[in-house]
Order: sequence, then C-alpha cells, then structure tokens
Amino acid sequence: MGVIIDKELCTGCGQCLDSCPFEALELEGDFAQVNDSCTLCGACAEACPEEAITVPEVERAQDGRAAQAKGVWVFAEQRGGQMPEVVAELLGQGRRLARELDVEVGAVLLGHGLDGMAGELFALGADVVYLADDPRLAEFNDDIYCTVLARLIAEHRPEVFLAGATSLGRSLIPRVATAAATGLTADCTGLAIDPDKRLLLQTRPAFGGNIMATIICPDARPQMATVRPRVMKRGGRQDGRQGRLVAVSLTPEDRAATQVLEVVQALDEQVNLTGAEVVVTGGRGLGGPEGFDLVRQLATALGGVVGATRGAVDSEWIGHAHQVGQTGRTVAPKLYIALGVSGAVQHLVGMQGSDNIVAVNNDPNAPIFDVAHYGIVGDLFEVAPAMLNRLKTLRGQG
Amino acid sequence: MKIAVCIKQVPDTANVKLDPETHTLKREGVESIVNPFDLFALEAALRIREQAGGEIVAITMGPPQAEAVIKEAIGYGVDEGLLLSDRAFAGADTWATTAALAKAIEGLGGVDLVVCGKQAVDGDTAQVGPGIAQRLGLPHVAFVKGFREIENRRLVVERQMDDGFDVVEMPLPGLITVVREVGEPRPPSLKGKMRAKKYAIPMKDAAQLGLEAGQVGLAGSFTQVVKVFAPSHGGERHRLEGPPEQTGAQVIDALVDNQVIMLGS
Repeated sequence: MGVIIDKELCTGCGQCLDSCPFEALELEGDFAQVNDSCTLCGACAEACPEEAITVPEVERAQDGRAAQAKGVWVFAEQRGGQMPEVVAELLGQGRRLARELDVEVGAVLLGHGLDGMAGELFALGADVVYLADDPRLAEFNDDIYCTVLARLIAEHRPEVFLAGATSLGRSLIPRVATAAATGLTADCTGLAIDPDKRLLLQTRPAFGGNIMATIICPDARPQMATVRPRVMKRGGRQDGRQGRLVAVSLTPEDRAATQVLEVVQALDEQVNLTGAEVVVTGGRGLGGPEGFDLVRQLATALGGVVGATRGAVDSEWIGHAHQVGQTGRTVAPKLYIALGVSGAVQHLVGMQGSDNIVAVNNDPNAPIFDVAHYGIVGDLFEVAPAMLNRLKTLRGQG
Repeated sequence: MKIAVCIKQVPDTANVKLDPETHTLKREGVESIVNPFDLFALEAALRIREQAGGEIVAITMGPPQAEAVIKEAIGYGVDEGLLLSDRAFAGADTWATTAALAKAIEGLGGVDLVVCGKQAVDGDTAQVGPGIAQRLGLPHVAFVKGFREIENRRLVVERQMDDGFDVVEMPLPGLITVVREVGEPRPPSLKGKMRAKKYAIPMKDAAQLGLEAGQVGLAGSFTQVVKVFAPSHGGERHRLEGPPEQTGAQVIDALVDNQVIMLGS
C-alpha cells in the first residue's frame, strides 16, 4: 500500500524524497518509487511540482461509532487529592473544542474521598462531572482505573477524550484506548476541530521534534489524545459555576490485580522541571561539573531550576533528574536560558515550547540559535556573570 | 520464569543532524539501532532471569532487516528470538502493532512476564506496552525504575511518577515497561555474539499469527497521519552581539522590559 505515482507526469526531480518523513520514496531510474514504509500521509503529494502523486483512500471498517458519539471528555487526574495543573489546561482546551462542536464538557474523576473536587472541576469549565469515589480507587492501579473508564466510555460514548501526558496518563490512557478499541495520539501540542467532519485534528511532534504531524482518528470513537502539560492555555475560573454531578458505582467484581504498597514523594530527587517558570540549562559548553555553579547562581537569582542537556548528564556533571529533552523532561517555562547548549534535536524538542528562550554560545552556527528569541554569541563565562551583575544592579543590590 | 521482551529497530536519532536550510532530517548515513530504552528492557529481563531462572524470548516487528536487533539481543544473552515480518504490517499505528505483538506473545505460550522499554525514540508514544497488557488481559506497571522483590509469582517494583515514585506489587503473569534507572545494559558477551552469528531467527507473518490483513498495518490502524509540516518557532528573534558585559546587560534589560523577569519580590 502506498501513494500512486503517475509515471507519465513524474520527472524524477526527487523533491518528494526530501519531503517524505518516512523514507518511503526512492528514485529508480527516472521515476520515484514508493516502498512499504508509506503511511499515505500525503506530504509528497503536496511537495510534487508536477502533481504526479495521488493519495488513495484507505478502506477501513466503519462501525458507525462516529455518528453516535457526542461530547468532549477530560480525564481529571488526581493523586492524593491533588490535581496536576494540566487538568485545568485540558478543561480550558476542552471548552474551546466543545464550543466548536456545540456539545458539553464532561470531566471524569476517579479516586476516594474526593469531597469538593467536583466543584473545582465545574469552576474550571466542566458541565458534567462523572465521579467514581470508591476505596478501591484510592491508589492508582492501571487495571481497575481502565475498567471504570472504559465502561463509562462504552455507556456514554463521548466523541473526544483528553488526558494529560503525565506519568499517570501515559501509563493508563493507552490501556483505556485499547480497551475502548479506538485510536490514541500521544503528547499532543495542538488540538483543533475540523467542523465539517467533526474530527479532532491532533498535532504532535514526530521524529524527535523535527517535524510536526497532524493525526486524525476517522472512524473509531472516542478520538483520544494525551496532551503535553503547559502547552494549552487554561480557561478562566468561575467560582460557584454549577454543573451536573453523576455518581458512578463500581461492580462487586471490580478489583485491581496490582497493589500500591507505598507512595514516595521525592520531588527534590526528581527536580520540578516541568512546573518551573524559569529554567536555566547547562550543556557541554560548561566544560565540567564546576561549570554548573554558574548555572545554579543564575537559576537562583531568577527563582528558577537547573536543567541540563543529555551531553552534560552523560558526562556525569549533574544528575539525570535535571535532563531536558527527548529522554528527559519536556519543559515550557516562561523563561528558558541555555548556557553552552549547542541545541541537538533531542534537546530542542524538550524546550522549544518555552515562551522566551535565551541562548549563550560561542558557536554562531549552533542550532540552539534557530529557536532562541535572544541569541548571544559569546563566552558564557563572561556573559552569564554580566547577566547576574545587571540583575543585582537593577534590584539595587549592586 | 518465561520472559518476553519486546524490542524495536529505530533510526539512530541521537546522530541525526538537521539540515540548517530546510530544517529537515539529514538521513544519509543514519544507522539503525536497537531502541535505547529497549536495551534497559533487555537488561531488566537478564537480571530477573539471573534471580528467578527461566528463559527470555526477544520479539520484534519490522522489515526483514530488523533481524539485526534480534541478533543483538541474542548477543546480550537472551535465549530465543522471534521476528514478526510481513508487508502487511507496514504503516501500523500502536493499535495495529499491539495486535501483532500480543498474538505473538500468546503464541509463545506460558509467558510469565512481558518487558518493554518505556517508549521508542522514533515514535515516543509509550503506548505499546500498556496496549499489549490490555489485549492479553494482564496487569501492567509502566515506567518501572527498580525492583524490590522478584519471585516466580509476583514482582514488587518501583514505578516512576511525576511527584516521586510508587512501590507496586504485581502478580504474574504481568507486563512492565522500564526506564533507564533499572540499570545500565551490560556489554554483549563474546559467547552471545558467537551464538548470534549462527542463530537462525524464527519468523512469523500475519497469517501465522492468525491475523487477517485488515487487522494489521495501515489497514488495521485507527489513526491516520493527514499532514506533516516543519515546526514553527514563533516570536521575534534577536541576535545580540558585542562585548559580553554589554550583551549580558542588554538581554536582562529586554527581559525586564517585557515583564519576563519581575524585579520585585
């Protein structure tokens, strides 16, 4: 299966090869050829100057779920009665999507002893809260959480289901999508509605953030997505806003096979990178572990936390908990300062959503400057102290 | 204990370079490697076998050249390998991928534990492990960072969470996905490498797994990529040049003016 290339029109120019994110095109003689890696994404059809490429329609089993499904649901994750910030962001985004679809926003809350949390969800934008409050849901166990969510989905048939791309969400939601027999897009950074087809357009970084891909789930419902924290704008809070509360009971057979023996809060070990307003990151340009002293000083002066590149972590200059990037944490703070960071692809994907990016690097061609709002070519050991000095002066401490 | 480890062949994205003009991947000379997180899965499986005994089967789905990752797994010391390969598998999303992997694990018979890496570095979805568990009706614990107890009928593991970690007990059979904290992979052994050279890799296609063409690959997928485009890096760009004491002060002033840095408090 693959795109159809019209050999009459193909000139063998090769532009489609460059456009293909999947290496699915090859030049054979004077023509482009498609191989098994093709996913019919259509990038080549857009790139082809000769309009020689067409994308065939894929025959998929239609089960009629799309026509019956209605409503936008948000998974209201909580641990120990604490909701992560992403829940408010999802409700804000959920309201925008629901307005376009002209449907209600539902929030699903699972746990035990969650008095008052439903009211908070109404205030944040939920029209309906499905509350499953049961001792068996007191701790997070994937299997029983999945059972309850999948049952609710089967009963109420929402058309969209959003959850945070947190550790909990990324463990639970793939299981729920499988139980509901529907598609799931991970780590979305953009969500929109195609109003004609009522489709959720789910955009996420792919190939280490080098390209963005927009993904749809044409037939199965709900259309499920996990959403990166700190990407969507949270909605306005309305105290006293009312909604419908639907109590959900478990069946006597519902039980978790796994058992949580202990919950260990270890924020200092983890470094709260994801929630930080300011992140100051050091890379290999620091030259050694002692280079992080300067990073720490600047982070402290700005009330921020210390980040690190994979290179610095692999060199054992600082712990893995500080790592920003594809194999570390994704951050999107108000201010991101990169000191001696060249900007490998894997790093950029983890921080390019930051509101303001400052980069200091000796190498004027470092890729970090492509994403930096303020790029300073220079010696970080001179520039960073100058930044600290200026801060002190402005604060009257100089 | 019978352990199945799911591994994937991926492009070595750590060595991928960006074309500075088109901002697309330069793919020439990019090697295929075992997904780095799957090496932690292999290491975890080897440690569990050391403690509980038993055998390890490494499974991969991919084109015929993906047999390289099975050979590598044999080199690390796993007992057997299995390659799932079929033209019909191409273009699979995670739903269609777990269809094939779950059938393959079922076909092995009597698997006590399935181990996956937390995610593959090309797709970054982290969806395949939990999806397999659901299809097989097994409990799972994702993002395992350490083991407290390893017994034949149960595991006690540490599960990484955003605010710390949980200690979770899971009865077997079950599935775990692991993060790098489970331990650095050991180097492949000479004996393993010798065995890998001679090892004839068992292979199964869709029909041999009992799956129809419509259940696998692109046709068996729920999701569909409709557009790909270069990421836009929004906002104005400023390049500050000059003596460091000047540029350092300038950037702070600009951030203060734009209320990114608040001087009060």
